[in-house]
Amino acid sequence: MKSIEELRRLREEVRQMTKLREGSPEIKIIVGMGTCGIAAGARETLNTFVQEVAEQSIEGVSVTQSGCVGLCDREPIVEVQHGAERTIYARVTPERARRIVTEHIKGGRTIAEWITRN
Amino acid sequence: MSVYRSHVLVCAGAGCVSSGCVLTENALVDEITTLGLDKEIKVIETGCIGTCDLGPVVLVYPDGVFYSKVAPEDAREIVREHLYKGRVVQRLLYKDPLSSQLVQTYGEMEFFNRQLRIALRNTGVINPEILEEYIARDGYEALARVLTEMSPQDVINAIKASGLRGRGGGGFSTGLKWQFTHDAPGAQKYVVCNADEGDPGAFMDRSILEGDPHSIIEAMAIAAYAVGAEQGYVYVRAEYPLAVRRLQQAIEQAKSYGFLGQGIFGSEFSFDLSIRVGAGAFVCGEETALLASIEGRRGEPKPRPPFPAVKGLWGMPTLINNVETYANICPIILHGAEWYSRIGTEKSKGTKVFAVAGNINNTGLVEVPMGVTLRQLVFGVCGGIPNGRTFKAAQTGGPSGGCLTEKHLDQSMDYDNLVALGSMMGSGGLIVMDDSTCMVDIARFFLDFTQDESCGKCTPCRIGTKRMLEILERITGGEGRDGDIEALERLARNIKQTSLCGLGQSAPNPVLSTLEHFRDEYQAHIRDKRCPAGVCQSLVSFRILADKCRGCGLCARVCPTAAISGKPRETYVIARNDCVKCGACMDKCPFGAVIRA
Repeated sequence: MKSIEELRRLREEVRQMTKLREGSPEIKIIVGMGTCGIAAGARETLNTFVQEVAEQSIEGVSVTQSGCVGLCDREPIVEVQHGAERTIYARVTPERARRIVTEHIKGGRTIAEWITRN
Repeated sequence: MSVYRSHVLVCAGAGCVSSGCVLTENALVDEITTLGLDKEIKVIETGCIGTCDLGPVVLVYPDGVFYSKVAPEDAREIVREHLYKGRVVQRLLYKDPLSSQLVQTYGEMEFFNRQLRIALRNTGVINPEILEEYIARDGYEALARVLTEMSPQDVINAIKASGLRGRGGGGFSTGLKWQFTHDAPGAQKYVVCNADEGDPGAFMDRSILEGDPHSIIEAMAIAAYAVGAEQGYVYVRAEYPLAVRRLQQAIEQAKSYGFLGQGIFGSEFSFDLSIRVGAGAFVCGEETALLASIEGRRGEPKPRPPFPAVKGLWGMPTLINNVETYANICPIILHGAEWYSRIGTEKSKGTKVFAVAGNINNTGLVEVPMGVTLRQLVFGVCGGIPNGRTFKAAQTGGPSGGCLTEKHLDQSMDYDNLVALGSMMGSGGLIVMDDSTCMVDIARFFLDFTQDESCGKCTPCRIGTKRMLEILERITGGEGRDGDIEALERLARNIKQTSLCGLGQSAPNPVLSTLEHFRDEYQAHIRDKRCPAGVCQSLVSFRILADKCRGCGLCARVCPTAAISGKPRETYVIARNDCVKCGACMDKCPFGAVIRA
């Protein structure tokens, strides 16, 4: 470690290690992980969200899970909370998850055809 | 680098280690591996989170869900339910003592959301054994900036402007201390960290060393640059093995990254740091005794002046600060003296860590801005007094301090106000006492401690505290005499005025302060041979109330000295002369018929 720049480069690399433990996120992505969700592949969906958010280095986003919301036939269900605004997506495959990250989380545009209402 | 969707923090401070967090952590890791979640969920050991009576404590991020008293079987349930299926395990959540409501996350707990954590910014958040986690939280940035952008005098000016005062007890201006050491002539200078935390009940320094050791290494390097030293020592007591181990490991990591050693950050500055383990004498927290101990001599104080800043280790100028003081240095450099000086009161800047113990709902470590009131601390952050009892007094400053009473509840907790109230900040111990506490017995307890820890070098402390303790033992033993109170006061005054160091000068404080606020309790012990709180064994007697006794005979069966006699279904009687006052009959009686008076 010979310079302040070297320290700052190292910090950028390791930032991810503690980021999860800081502050309240602006956007929450909640994946339904009841038995129905898991059976429909929610585990993979959940991990895709985590990977995508990290790879695209998007700040202020957390990915968590919830239990069954009662729409078992439309699982994996994903809710995106942005302040008071809530969007619920149905049948979110890993491919859909990647598009949700790019278009909704990063781009700010919801994807109307996947939105479901109860 | 792999990315995890959830971090599970397991508190591994010494408190949680003793309540079994290692087994809890193993169970978490086992179950996570069994369910194949080990690539998604990371388990992290942290330093003390602060809620020491709730251990083992587990925190689940990103939500910050707080679980307390997690046994290994509970840990498996957390993995299966919460981490796998997203269902929070309600029965393991924390229950607010005032509202009896379950609290889901860390951020919603009164205990945490009323705190401002500067010195404890990383303890309970990072894994203290992984240097990268410290760096991710701006670690070593302050040292890098100091070495590349600031002159030693700039650093000293910043610390002066921040208003930081020594957190070890004295409350002397840290910036001035740095200036004196900087200005003192000497071929060689030293920086020392006082981690000989000895006040009964105080453990903030241990928690910082265990939970964030790099913050102390970094701050000591900054101090060394400011005063012109190249060698530092951390003097830590041998009773803190975990702190010693983590600090040693951190020093080795810092050396391998070049944060310690020659030409740090490409500058001319070199700094090396070693640990000196103390053998556990309370007096070695006094700075001149501490320095003597580092030099390998008997830990005895010397008269000041000369102060260590001028003539310290091996006769050279030496800067000596406490752990918590050092823990405030990096934030001051990073966020500026102006930011720091906006926190706290006019003369006491920043925050203070309190180690709260005694008759209180939330015991543990809390960091609050200077100037909060005793009421906010006891009834706000710490959740008030348990078991439906009432607040009687709080001891601040450990065995060197005094007590605050109900009428002081709305007083500000800062250096100068506590001194004005006849107590002191000390290192930040806060022992809360309810109405079942005997204040004479408390004074006796603290004096027993200081008397035992007196190094014996000067007469007033060695013999004076012994005589005071004898009088107090006589009073609590039911042999108090007229004139005892006056004798205590006279001795206290003499010891305070003539002792060599802070130990003796402050040892009589608990007696003086309880005499001031609870003189009637002393008088009751001496004149009426009565202990109002029913604590002093020699002064209490047990009696069976005839109207409540159903004659079941349980008391007679548990009495170890066969002092209780009677016939079934008639009132039992205690023979005073045979009673040893163990209280077993009172604990056993199902009807509350045995009373202590």
